[in-house]
Amino acid sequence: MNDFLDALRWLGDSAHWSGPDGVPTRFVEHMWLTSISLLIVCVIAIPVGLWLGHIGRGGTLAINISNVGRAVPTFAVLVLLFMTPLGLSDWTVIIALVVFGLPPVLTNTYVGVREVDRDAVDAARGMGMDAMQVMRKVELPLAVPLIVNGVRLAAVQIVATATVAALVAGGGLGRIITAGFGRGDRPQMIAGAILVAALALLVEALMEWLQRRVDPLRRIRRRPLTARSAAV
Amino acid sequence: MVRNDWVCPEYVQTRSGEITDALQQHVWITVVAVVVGLALSFVLALLARRYRRFAALILGTSTVLYTVPSLAMFGLLLSVTGLTATTVIVGLVLYSLVILVRGIMTGLDGVPPDVREAAVGMGYGPVRMLLRVELPLALPTIVAALRVATVSTIAMTTLGVIVGHGGLGDLILRGLRSNFRPEVLTASVLVVVLALLADLILVAALRLATPWRRGVARA
Repeated sequence: MNDFLDALRWLGDSAHWSGPDGVPTRFVEHMWLTSISLLIVCVIAIPVGLWLGHIGRGGTLAINISNVGRAVPTFAVLVLLFMTPLGLSDWTVIIALVVFGLPPVLTNTYVGVREVDRDAVDAARGMGMDAMQVMRKVELPLAVPLIVNGVRLAAVQIVATATVAALVAGGGLGRIITAGFGRGDRPQMIAGAILVAALALLVEALMEWLQRRVDPLRRIRRRPLTARSAAV
Repeated sequence: MVRNDWVCPEYVQTRSGEITDALQQHVWITVVAVVVGLALSFVLALLARRYRRFAALILGTSTVLYTVPSLAMFGLLLSVTGLTATTVIVGLVLYSLVILVRGIMTGLDGVPPDVREAAVGMGYGPVRMLLRVELPLALPTIVAALRVATVSTIAMTTLGVIVGHGGLGDLILRGLRSNFRPEVLTASVLVVVLALLADLILVAALRLATPWRRGVARA
């Protein structure tokens, strides 16, 4: 436990809170890598998931991708990627983060659209909406809760993967752990671990809040939901 | 050896000792973590079934733990168990809980009430009911969770490299440091093969353990 106290001392040392290796710089790097990757993931996965869900194809593919994803060792994929001609750049890290962030958003968007009440879609068609309008005005809004759930899972996945990427290259808070590892500095490793864990929990809490905010039916659902959570 | 090709049979031949050692460590860490995780999950799931308040606590805590990235988890445990395989195993056990406790609870909850009633009518007590009726019926769901837990444990063991006990992950990091492609590729392929093999073994074991399900159309 002495190491843990030393880690807290490491965190209290103002020398570690400035400069290019300082905590704030690493934090900004981590957030930048995470948000740009998450943005790319959403831009790719939401339209594709919407379209696949709309035409009702590719369901097995989407499920299989997320099943296989669990068996793939993130660390091995990152190292292999860095040893290809892509090399050690920020963009290689971002490509890897996007690859690991795509499956949850894709599957959740697909399932979200498939679970939209068919009657609502039929009613929209009956009102003369074309395919684009049905997707934009009916399926997308009703699928939002599940889409945001996918984005939440992807965000947590990306924050964790960015930490692993620091073992290979790239910045972010993971760098504090791996730099400590390289130097055999255990207090620094533990301090980095505390920071990474805090960031992951913060991102999860933020996304959970967002998830509750964007649910279009939350006003209707509010009462039964609180009733149930009190009963459990 | 200047070419640094991805595939190098010579590497596999001359370093087979190292590769086998890393593979053994990987399998050992995975098996210990999954077995301990499964045993612990059983106890927690049974407690959660008995006391509903405890269920919310267990599920909540394990979900929060699951959010912590594994490198950070190993880093935090480092302050308690040091640079040992124990650190990796404890971390992996904590991760497996979220999958296994849920799986066991879902499996046990899925036992049809009339089957339970019939067993009670035949004079089954709670222990015999659990062992002879509920567990066999819950086995498919439990094994499904076990497959997910095992496969992700095998993948995550590689990150034990951060405390010097990552099995095949140690080879991957060393290959990266020395920019030696065959070492990285060989170790990576072995991790994936190991995961697939473990998955197959569990599927086969489930088939052997549930003879009454054979011939039933799979959903």
